[in-house]
Amino acid sequence: MLGTGLIKGLMVTAKNLAGSFHDPERLVTTEYPEQRTVLPQNYRNFPFLVTENAEDPMGTLRCVACQICEKECPPQCIYIEKSKDKKADAAGKMQIYPAVFDIDISVCMSCQICVEVCPFDAIKMDQVFEIATADRFTGLLLDRGQLSKPNSYFHQIHPTDAAEVDGRLAAERKAAAEKAKAAAAAAAAKAAASTASAPSPVKAPPPVSAPPPATAVPAIPPPVSPPPPPSPPPQP
Amino acid sequence: MIEASTDALLPSPGSRVRPVRDPFHGDLLEVSMGPHHPSTHGVFRMVATLDGETIVRLKPVFGYLHRNHEKLGESTTYLASMPYTDRLDYLCSMTNNWAYALAVERLIGQPVPERAEYVRVILAELTRLLNHTCLAGFLLQDCGASGTPLMYAFREREKILDLFESLSGSRMMCNYQRFGGCRVDPGAHWLAAASRVTEGYGRFLDEFEALLTGNEIMMARTQGVGPLSAKLAVAAGVTGPMLRAAGVAYDIRKVDGYGIYPRFNFRVPLGEHGDTYDRYMLRILEMRESIPILRQALAEIPAGPIMDPKARLRGLRPKAGESYGRIEGPKGEIGFYLVSDGTPNPYRYRVRPPSLINLTILEDLCLGRTIADAVIILGSVDIVLGEVDR
Repeated sequence: MLGTGLIKGLMVTAKNLAGSFHDPERLVTTEYPEQRTVLPQNYRNFPFLVTENAEDPMGTLRCVACQICEKECPPQCIYIEKSKDKKADAAGKMQIYPAVFDIDISVCMSCQICVEVCPFDAIKMDQVFEIATADRFTGLLLDRGQLSKPNSYFHQIHPTDAAEVDGRLAAERKAAAEKAKAAAAAAAAKAAASTASAPSPVKAPPPVSAPPPATAVPAIPPPVSPPPPPSPPPQP
Repeated sequence: MIEASTDALLPSPGSRVRPVRDPFHGDLLEVSMGPHHPSTHGVFRMVATLDGETIVRLKPVFGYLHRNHEKLGESTTYLASMPYTDRLDYLCSMTNNWAYALAVERLIGQPVPERAEYVRVILAELTRLLNHTCLAGFLLQDCGASGTPLMYAFREREKILDLFESLSGSRMMCNYQRFGGCRVDPGAHWLAAASRVTEGYGRFLDEFEALLTGNEIMMARTQGVGPLSAKLAVAAGVTGPMLRAAGVAYDIRKVDGYGIYPRFNFRVPLGEHGDTYDRYMLRILEMRESIPILRQALAEIPAGPIMDPKARLRGLRPKAGESYGRIEGPKGEIGFYLVSDGTPNPYRYRVRPPSLINLTILEDLCLGRTIADAVIILGSVDIVLGEVDR
């Protein structure tokens, strides 16, 4: 009969209308600014730089300015300048650090390729999306200071990833420390062996006489204290 | 008003043009529809020449969204093109990713682990559900059923987008697949959620069909409108649901058997008349066929690595050669043709976009119909302008 299809269709509409009052399956709208959905852990939007220490964000960036992400970034929105000097990283190793690290997030498309290619786990994806600004140019050009966020923040937004990264870094550092220790032990053993094998009676005096000149003219300079962290750029 | 020769006035054979007896008979009106018209699904323009209300000529004009996709692909590395493929057909980023990954994997001879193949099939079929659901909703919107069916369709689409978001981090710009597997392993939770969506989809389709399939207005608006003959479809290189609605059994999942599709037992629905109603119905039937594929894939998915451990992410330098990777996307054959000259960037990067090639026959479908019909026909062709213009 003509019209039965229409009536059947209207029944569906009626079912949806009635269902929207009691069935969460049929009323899926959230009133955004007041209600917020929980973002999935994998959600990604714009990268940030991980710092080891929240108190000294500039001094403890994991980034070593290798510029791989700059090269691989599909829309070319990353700009890095290497530092001229070196600073100790979290493991105490002297590393180059990024003197300039800018990301133009008006160009960034949050594709996560910088995160995937980074060998140092220094850049990770953030979950911010409420960053609208009236300042079109400088407001969206984020520099090193604005980009760096502590590792605890990374733990907060991507707990699984962060735990995995921390475990891996700790294992790497432990291995590096053990290797250094082993190397030191080997060097010491070698030195000991060389001293033992050298049958020289005049072996004893040098240690006594050596220290004074060493203090006067240090052959090996003591570790240079890291340059003071550059003051964060003036925030507009 | 334009002056036209009498040849252009002649209606195409079989059209329902009535002779008009008025002093202005013979004056044609050229109407530019778009690029800002909401029913053209993006920045697409149809220059329709009207005799009264009948279309006697129709020129599709596109290129407003052109953004150099292919040239960009030639000036960046193989990996850097992957996120750009999301932006081709932004409803089906997962299948675009797959087609591109397939082309590069063939170029460098990269095997893909079993688990990744299953995940790809699951994602491709979910994308098919998503795309066809959107299409049906938009088609109804074009018919004038403002809002309601579209919102029902979008409600279901949102469930699939939530799955994509929790897996890849982004709802539409997934950038999920890599050469030699996929980026993130979907955990047991994700697979369970995908199962729930799959199981609930049949019910949604029943309800959606109750709303539409037997609806008299829908039938009156779509049946016999814009019939596409099998001969023209084959000659124009039309693929996908458009071609199958015209009655040609050609599905790349069956023809090529790429990935692990030969392991799945599914039927390829075919249309009979090739009209707009057939094209709508065929998509509903394809969705019904996708559900068993998803069910089987979700049940059989093996444990194991999601990425080939030997796969390289960056620094690809394929040997000089060429490859073509094509898959059955929801809109048709989506293919990527790559030529390598041994450098990190492809020498040639070419996309075979189903939307563009399906759109080329728009004039043949619209001749002799009214503007209101042209809108529905365009809706049933299923285009996404990101892919048409690239």
